[in-house]
Amino acid sequence: MTQKILAAHAGLESVTAGQLINAKLDIVLGNDITTPVAVNEFQKAGFNKVFDKDRVAIVLDHFVPNKDIKAAEQSKQCREFACSHCVSHFYDVGKMGIEHALLPEQGVVTAGDCIIGADSHTCTYGALGAFSTGVGSTDMAAGMATGTAWFKVPSAIKFNLKNKLPSNCSGKDVILTIIGMIGVDGALYKSMEFCGDGVASLSMDDRLCICNMAIEAGAKNGIFPVDEVTKAYLNGRCERNPVVYEADTDAEYEKVIDIDLSEIVPTVACPHLPENTHPASELTDIKIDQVVIGSCTNGRMEDMETAYKILNGKKVACGVRCIIIPGTMQILRECVEKGYYTAFIDAGAVVSTPTCGPCLGGYMGILAAGERCIATTNRNFVGRMGHTESEVYLASPATAAASALTGYITHPKEV
Amino acid sequence: MNTKGKVFKYPDNVDTDVIIPARYLNTANAQELALHCMEDIDTEFVKKVEKGDVMVAGWNFGCGSSREHAPLVIKTCGTGCVIAKSFARIFYRNAINIGLPILECEEAAEEINANDEVSVDFDTGLITNHTSGKTYKAQPFPPFIQNIIKCGGLLKSLKEGENND
Repeated sequence: MTQKILAAHAGLESVTAGQLINAKLDIVLGNDITTPVAVNEFQKAGFNKVFDKDRVAIVLDHFVPNKDIKAAEQSKQCREFACSHCVSHFYDVGKMGIEHALLPEQGVVTAGDCIIGADSHTCTYGALGAFSTGVGSTDMAAGMATGTAWFKVPSAIKFNLKNKLPSNCSGKDVILTIIGMIGVDGALYKSMEFCGDGVASLSMDDRLCICNMAIEAGAKNGIFPVDEVTKAYLNGRCERNPVVYEADTDAEYEKVIDIDLSEIVPTVACPHLPENTHPASELTDIKIDQVVIGSCTNGRMEDMETAYKILNGKKVACGVRCIIIPGTMQILRECVEKGYYTAFIDAGAVVSTPTCGPCLGGYMGILAAGERCIATTNRNFVGRMGHTESEVYLASPATAAASALTGYITHPKEV
Repeated sequence: MNTKGKVFKYPDNVDTDVIIPARYLNTANAQELALHCMEDIDTEFVKKVEKGDVMVAGWNFGCGSSREHAPLVIKTCGTGCVIAKSFARIFYRNAINIGLPILECEEAAEEINANDEVSVDFDTGLITNHTSGKTYKAQPFPPFIQNIIKCGGLLKSLKEGENND
C-alpha cells in the first residue's frame, strides 16, 4: 500500500523496495522547534517562495503559549515566515493544537496523501491511509521550496490483526505490545502495514495512536487500509478529495506478524526504552508522583472520555499530580461542553491548553530527580520528561487514569 | 574527504533526547546547543572532544525525535564522523542533509574501543584503527547521496540542480 502511494506520487507505474525516488508532496509540516531551523536553511539557500501556500502547515505546539523568551523568539520567526508566505495552514495560539491531533481533525491531511513533517510523529496520518513520515528541518525546507522529497522505498512488515480488543484496552496497548515484541529498531527503515479482520473494530483514535508510535519501532511509516471507519471520519472534514489505495492480495512483505487483539492486556513500557514493556498488572508496586494524559499519541477525544469515565466522581491519590492536556482547542471545548473539564478539576487534576509541553521535557510538568511519572506519551528515554534520574512509564489513558487514583501503576479493572 | 581522531564510544539506542535534550531546544543556535551535546549520558564529551574525533556506537543510533539539532550539534562540536552498527532513519537522513559523515559498520562498531585512534576515508568507506592496527570496510553511500554530500547538503544540491536545468 505504501509502495502504491509512493509510485503514484513519483509518477511511476510501480516501485520496488530499495529504489530511490523523488515524490510529489501533498503536505509539508513543521512545528515551533523545527520550523525555525528550516526557515534559516530555506532563506540561506536563497529560496523566496513556498511551492504552494495551501500545502504547507506550520503548527506552534511544542512550547506555546511561549514558555520563555527564546521560545517566544522561535514562535515569532515561524509567525513572520507564515505571514510573509501567506501559509494558509498556520496555527497559532487560540486555534492551535498538538499537530498530529490537529491536522487530521481539521481535514488538512487525507487518504492517499504523501506527507512529510519535521516531527518524528508525522507517521500518525498513516491511520487515514496516507503515506506520511517524519523528516528533519532541511527536508522540510527543501519540501517547502520544491514540493518534492527523495525517498528510499521501504520494504514492509505486515501486522495481521485479528479479533477485538478487550474493553479496558486501546490502541496504545496494541502498539506498546508490538514494540515490546519487535523492539525499538524492529521495523527500522521499514513500513508497518496494519491489516486483517481486526482493523474494523479499531476506532480512528486507536488507529491514529497506533500509527503515531510506528517511529518508536524505528519505522518509516505506519499505515492502515481505508475502510468504512476511515470514510466516516474523513467525510465532510477534508478539504481535498481522498484517494484510496489498496494493498495487492499478492503484495510482498518482508515478514507477517499475527496479532490477536483479544489477547492484548493493559501494557506499560518501563524506563528507559519503549520496548521495555510489561503487563500493568505486574507493576502494581511501582509508586508514581505524576500522571500525564495527553500528547500527540493520546490527547484525542476518546482518550479524554476514557480518563473522564475513570476519574469522574473520584479523587486523584494524595501526593500525585495529575495533568490532563486535551490535544486541540476543539477537544478542549468538547471537554468543557461535556462536563469532563469540571470532573477533572473536581477529581484534583489540572487541565492545560493544548501543548506538547511535558512529553519532551519542555514545560508544564517537568520531573525532579527520583520522581516517577506514568504518561500516555510516546518516549521514556533518559531525561525525556525532566531530570536524568527521573523515570517515565508509558501507558494507555485508562491505565494512567487508574494509576492517578491509586498512586501506583494500576490495571484499569482495579478502579 | 577523511577524518582522524580519538574515539568516544556509546551503547545501542542512543536517542536524540540525550544527544541534545529538548529543554535546550528553545534556540536554533548551533554553537549554543553544542555546549549540551550528549550531556545526559556523558558530561565529559563536550569538554574532551576535539576536531576530527569519531563517535562509535551500537544499533539504532539517533532514535527518537526528528530534531535536526542532533546531528548538527555532533558536527558543531567538531566530531568528524559517527560509526554505528545502524542508524535510526530520520537521524540518517538528517546527517546526510546537513553534511555530517556517518558510516554503518557492525564489525568496526563492535571492536573499536573508547580512546582508540581512528581514521576514516569517506570516499572508500575504509576505517583504520591505528591503536589496534585493524582495518574495516564500510559500505560507501550510493551516488545519489554522495552528490548531496559533495554539494554540501541537500539544499545546495537542489540549487545546483536548479541551475543545471
